[in-house]
Amino acid sequence: MTDSPATNGEDIPLEIHDLTAGYHKKPVLWGIDLKVPKGKLVGVVGPNGAGKSTLIKAIMGLVPPSSGWVKIFGKTYNENRRRVGYVPQRESVDWDFPVTVMDVVMMGRYGHVGWFKRPKKADRDIARDCLDKVKMLPFAKRQISNLSGGQQQRVFLARALAQESDIYFMDEPFAGVDAATETAIISLLHELREKGKTLLVVHHDLPTARNYFDQLLLLNMRVVAYGETEKVFTYELLQKTYGGRLTILSEVADAVGQRAK
Amino acid sequence: MNQQRKTLAKRGLGAVHALGLLAVFSLLAVEPESAWAAKIGDVAEETSLGQQALRFFSFRDPSVRYAVIGSVLLGISCGLLGCFIVVRKMALVGDTLSHAVLPGVAVGFLFSGVSASGLFDWSFDVANITKNPALIFCGAVVAGVAGTFLVNTLKQTTKIKEDSALGLTLASFFAVGICLLTMIQDLPTGNKSGIDKFMFGQAAAIDEDDIRLMLAVTLLIVAVVFVFYKELLVTSFDAGFARSIALPSEWIHHGLMLLVAFAVVIALQAVGVVLVSAMLITPAATAYLLTDRMHRMLLLAVGFGVGSGVLGAFISFLKPNIPTGPCMVLGASALFAVAFFGGPRHGVLTRWWRHVSRSKRVQRENTLKALFQVLERRDAEPEDSVSLKELAERRRETPDEVSGQASALKQHGFVTLHEEGKKILFTPSGWQLACTIVRNHRLWELYLTNAANIAADHVHDDAEKIEHLLGDDVVRELERMLDDTTRDPHGRAIPGFADIHKPFTPAAARPSGYGRNL
Repeated sequence: MTDSPATNGEDIPLEIHDLTAGYHKKPVLWGIDLKVPKGKLVGVVGPNGAGKSTLIKAIMGLVPPSSGWVKIFGKTYNENRRRVGYVPQRESVDWDFPVTVMDVVMMGRYGHVGWFKRPKKADRDIARDCLDKVKMLPFAKRQISNLSGGQQQRVFLARALAQESDIYFMDEPFAGVDAATETAIISLLHELREKGKTLLVVHHDLPTARNYFDQLLLLNMRVVAYGETEKVFTYELLQKTYGGRLTILSEVADAVGQRAK
Repeated sequence: MNQQRKTLAKRGLGAVHALGLLAVFSLLAVEPESAWAAKIGDVAEETSLGQQALRFFSFRDPSVRYAVIGSVLLGISCGLLGCFIVVRKMALVGDTLSHAVLPGVAVGFLFSGVSASGLFDWSFDVANITKNPALIFCGAVVAGVAGTFLVNTLKQTTKIKEDSALGLTLASFFAVGICLLTMIQDLPTGNKSGIDKFMFGQAAAIDEDDIRLMLAVTLLIVAVVFVFYKELLVTSFDAGFARSIALPSEWIHHGLMLLVAFAVVIALQAVGVVLVSAMLITPAATAYLLTDRMHRMLLLAVGFGVGSGVLGAFISFLKPNIPTGPCMVLGASALFAVAFFGGPRHGVLTRWWRHVSRSKRVQRENTLKALFQVLERRDAEPEDSVSLKELAERRRETPDEVSGQASALKQHGFVTLHEEGKKILFTPSGWQLACTIVRNHRLWELYLTNAANIAADHVHDDAEKIEHLLGDDVVRELERMLDDTTRDPHGRAIPGFADIHKPFTPAAARPSGYGRNL
């Protein structure tokens, strides 16, 4: 550890300190501390309601934190937002929306294009490459409602790739996709990691989590454990993560939520 | 559950509309002359429809000109914003907003009677009251924003859900507006002309000042939609993602709502409070049915908005005592009905017609296949004739039914009929199609048994349906995957390229009793 002040945390893709966040002032996450090193594929694992999606949303400021801070490469999220890519849950959008596959992937370029400007040919080329990487180029002109679940997920992935980011947050990219898509996604994630990207992936399936990720973040309203997969994937720690909700913590959270109303 | 709640809320809205109608009729009853005055039709003395149309579309009269320009402008602004309302699922919000502006209209009207000679020295004189577009615009926008604010407050501070909050706001603001309007009607003096038009709209009441305001607002809306198209698109499609790239989704939403309030207010004069939300929703919904690209939807919606707007103004020019608003909305709804029934992809009639023609084609193909099988069983040549009786036996149908099918085949040039329709002969094209269908059927059976390991006696029914659907690409794919395509799982020969393109000796060139084994 050579944490000299000169680097100013710029080489740490994600650092979270004492983050508490939730909905309608009712906390879902308590005092999260996390420091993710560069080039790691991190799986976020935990039971339903553990706050996995909330963690990602809180990092990106989609859920307002009630305390603590988040730093992306040593700066605030907004300062470094162009270095962040995001894959939301597939169900979060209306797939009848009148756009094509290409239109959606182009949205990944919007953060780089900026206000008052139109995407250029270079942006379109990048979007096309990204579609090709997820093998969806033949579908570029299709309206998105004609896609299968796996294809929809690939489109979201291509959009995140088009963001050309250094750190990616992905919310359940493996949910409801076919086996071929799952394999394609995981090899893509490995490819991104080889390029030095950092990836935080919410995952719901424990058995595959062990094989897919370098590191695991076991989450249940607070960080139960974080570290290399082989060290963290133990019976005791998993038991601790999944062994029922933390009764007192959730009761207090309910009480806080009640008072806020 | 949710659906039920929405239906109830809609019923509530319906009741409010009925209330509004009553109020308007009482308004009209108070002052019938002013209500009928200043219609576009007042300038129309010509009798024939053609003359009137000529007069209307030559824009000779300023009032007609203003009415048409106004309709075009409101069609553009409502069409553009309506698209975003529809894809953001905010139609009820638009409806609420349009009703909530009514008290603002009344207050804006009253405000024109206020004259200020000092900061705190204000006086109100009924005689000064006049229709001032700027004041009415400001009042209406303030009321609209207040209504939106109330909805958000109700939603955030109570457990009342959005639809109820919308219904509640709509009704209460509308009621306040109607009371105020009735009060204005009862004022002893003052120029009240025009105020009664705000309920159902009258394009003829649009004057030059109105047009200026409408033009400014429309230009603003067009500019905003053009400049911020990609921001509006991404926040509408995926608000979470938009916020992750640091777009202020909330502010964009509020900005959009403000623009909707603007569009509603400039449309009020022509369409009226009661129906203005229809001009937001209907053209956009029509466009949504017809296309699946956002920019095309915007253009189509503008087209439909302008079209129904001008049409409404024209009808109310022909029939002066019909208010313009209902005419425009009827025009928009008629366009929607056309798209609903006749839309090229999703139209009800189009789909029905496609279904009918597909089942006809399937029947033709099945008859051709039966002809093929009769010949195959007899081990005959393609040029040989099949009797109607044989075909009827094969199809397990009556000779009458089969004779109908045979004449349908004849119409399409697949067969020729001889001996008063008793004998059927393939034409070359009929033979080719029959071979293709049989080949599709048997290839598919072969594929199911070989590649999918389905038992040979289970594959026939599936192949009966698939044979009509296989395209050339799939057939080629099947041929590549299957090694041996000479026999199907039941041991029958699969017609190959040579069979399909067999040289054909026309029936007429052969003597009867032509030996088939030559």
